Amino acid sequence: MTNRKLLLEHLDVPGIQGIDAYVKHGGYASLKKALQKMSPDEVVEEVKKSGLRGRGGAGFPTGLKWSFLAKPEGIPRYLVCNADESEPGTFKDRYLMEKIPHLLVEGMILSSYALGAKTSYIYIRGEFMYVLEILQNAINEAYAKGYLGKNIFGSGFDHDLVITPGGGAYICGEETALLESLEGKRGNPRIKPPFPAVKGLWASPTVVNNVESIAAVVPIVRDGGDAYASIGIGKSTGTKLVSACGNLERPGVYEIELGLSVEEFIYGDNYCRGIAKGKKLKACVPGGSSVPILPHHLVTKTAAGEQRLMTYESLADGGFQSGSMLGSGGFIVFDEDQCIVRNTWNFTRFYAHESCGQCSPCREGTGWMEKVLHRLETGKGHLRDIDLLADINKKIEGNTICPLGDAAAWPVAAAIRHFRDEFEWHVTHPEEAQIRNYGLIQQPLVA
Amino acid sequence: MKESKKVVTTEGTTQFSAELIAKMEEAKNCFPEGKEKSAILKILHLAQAEFGWLSVHSMDQIAEILRVEPIEVYEVATFYTMFHLEPVGKYVFEVCRTGPCMLVGSDQLIEYIGHKLNIGIGETTKDGLFTLKTAECLGGCGYGPLLQCRHRFHEHLTPEKIDSLIEQYQRGEIKPGAL
Ligand SMILES: Cc1cc2nc3c(=O)[nH]c(=O)nc-3n(C[C@H](O)[C@H](O)[C@H](O)COP(=O)(O)O)c2cc1C
Ligand code: SF4
Repeated sequence: MTNRKLLLEHLDVPGIQGIDAYVKHGGYASLKKALQKMSPDEVVEEVKKSGLRGRGGAGFPTGLKWSFLAKPEGIPRYLVCNADESEPGTFKDRYLMEKIPHLLVEGMILSSYALGAKTSYIYIRGEFMYVLEILQNAINEAYAKGYLGKNIFGSGFDHDLVITPGGGAYICGEETALLESLEGKRGNPRIKPPFPAVKGLWASPTVVNNVESIAAVVPIVRDGGDAYASIGIGKSTGTKLVSACGNLERPGVYEIELGLSVEEFIYGDNYCRGIAKGKKLKACVPGGSSVPILPHHLVTKTAAGEQRLMTYESLADGGFQSGSMLGSGGFIVFDEDQCIVRNTWNFTRFYAHESCGQCSPCREGTGWMEKVLHRLETGKGHLRDIDLLADINKKIEGNTICPLGDAAAWPVAAAIRHFRDEFEWHVTHPEEAQIRNYGLIQQPLVA
Repeated sequence: MKESKKVVTTEGTTQFSAELIAKMEEAKNCFPEGKEKSAILKILHLAQAEFGWLSVHSMDQIAEILRVEPIEVYEVATFYTMFHLEPVGKYVFEVCRTGPCMLVGSDQLIEYIGHKLNIGIGETTKDGLFTLKTAECLGGCGYGPLLQCRHRFHEHLTPEKIDSLIEQYQRGEIKPGAL
């Protein structure tokens, strides 16, 4: 398989953070092309043709989303970039923004032109303050060159780009919570409809897109939507940034062509180079903490015995029974020493901590699951707790305002489905569970 | 657990300087007229960077600057985990404890830091220098274990690195990150 790079192609160019090196390597050529030779609708058309799917997690086709944007006369429209990146396992947007900030800046101006937005916003999580500074410098450079501001490239298109920090809340990655937060409020998700495309930021039509989705518009306009769509397999087109972490020999951010085999990604020399310290693969969460966990025998092959690929379809093959999701591309790998019960408890604690508290099933349900899982993890649980978890799960699923409830419920259900024996072991071996994980010894750093 | 030691900061010392107010006014200008409230998170970060935490007095001054009711500032400040609503040490170590970091040893690292500084989670050292907190996913999953302190990330941590990090902070060698 080839290994084309569309986003990180110039990663190693010295000074690529700055505008001069970026322009020297073809930067802002897409913007110039669009502003001088294409109408906004033609840009939207190329994005539709490219088959680009939202890189924030849901995988919704970007061109289609753009075509839903309401365009009433006399009301401003906005593009908002979701740089809140806080799904456990995901750190690709940070990497892209830090290394090649102008790619996002160019993508924002380009996409805003397509959408007819005079102002756009980047909402970046508060913890990434140093990335905010890098982006602000890039924005200032773009203003100085006339790529932002009035009459860009003599086209008559004006644009202002503003970047603003969050305050540390995972839920603000959910697009309507993000909009609330951007309006200076608590990050409580809104009830949909109305969708942001109709009533978004300050009740104006708004598109919210992930950092990587917006950056991908730059190569799409440069090469054309068809060229982009020629990479990948089926409805998984183009390249994807995957952030790999956990017990890997070489964790990090990789740009892959969609369609790469999972096996090659985990073990290949160009990618993660296998499990750290020569250990064995136990499980994998391939798309951020919200997606179902896969036990080792379902990671590189599907239940039907086919090779598992890094595509939206292949990772989901087998549905909830034996599949998972590509999600945000947060690829978490567990070695043979890791305890699934402990990890499930840890993730549930995360969701309980991050629930905004608006819906009782999510607020109470995540709290209860956390308590029950903690009880199991520390050897104080009962066998019936395992079914109790499944029951709480069902009561959350589908009964909440935003998908955080589901995101909290699914990983628990998947862990029990595939690792029930481990949950039961914690009940039947309470003493050992107190001092060791599933028969695995943890080395304390403090004696 | 060890007893919690709070640094006493009097309300009077959180009076905003003209310079700080000017920065806050500038943050407001990033947004359209009538939508200045959008700058609230940036402004809360500015106040916290100045005083280390957010007192009620700070929040009341922010309400005036934004021309909103004080409750609108309180409700926002209490929602977001980055804001400290009580006095904290000069250096707050927020160590990520979420899954991917746990897989590479954050639990043990948190224990080590607590042991080294002789404090529990949420506590401050007697000299008022360090506070230990845990945080949920900080978005550096491939570089763990990691912690953030004053808008800086410290990654790939080991006990040895923690030892030298603490010494560097004690000597005042690490400047705060961007803001
Ligand atoms: C709880 C929750 C957290 C989310 N966090 C993020 C995030 O950090 N970054 C992101 O781009 N999308 C996140 N999303 C998805 C967004 O709601 C939205 O679908 C996305 O930003 C759309 O952009 P895209 O179509 O380009 O992917 C999250 C969704 C939920 C429900
Ligand atoms: S599902 Fe959870 S996070 Fe989402 S709105 Fe309801 S309470 Fe808030």
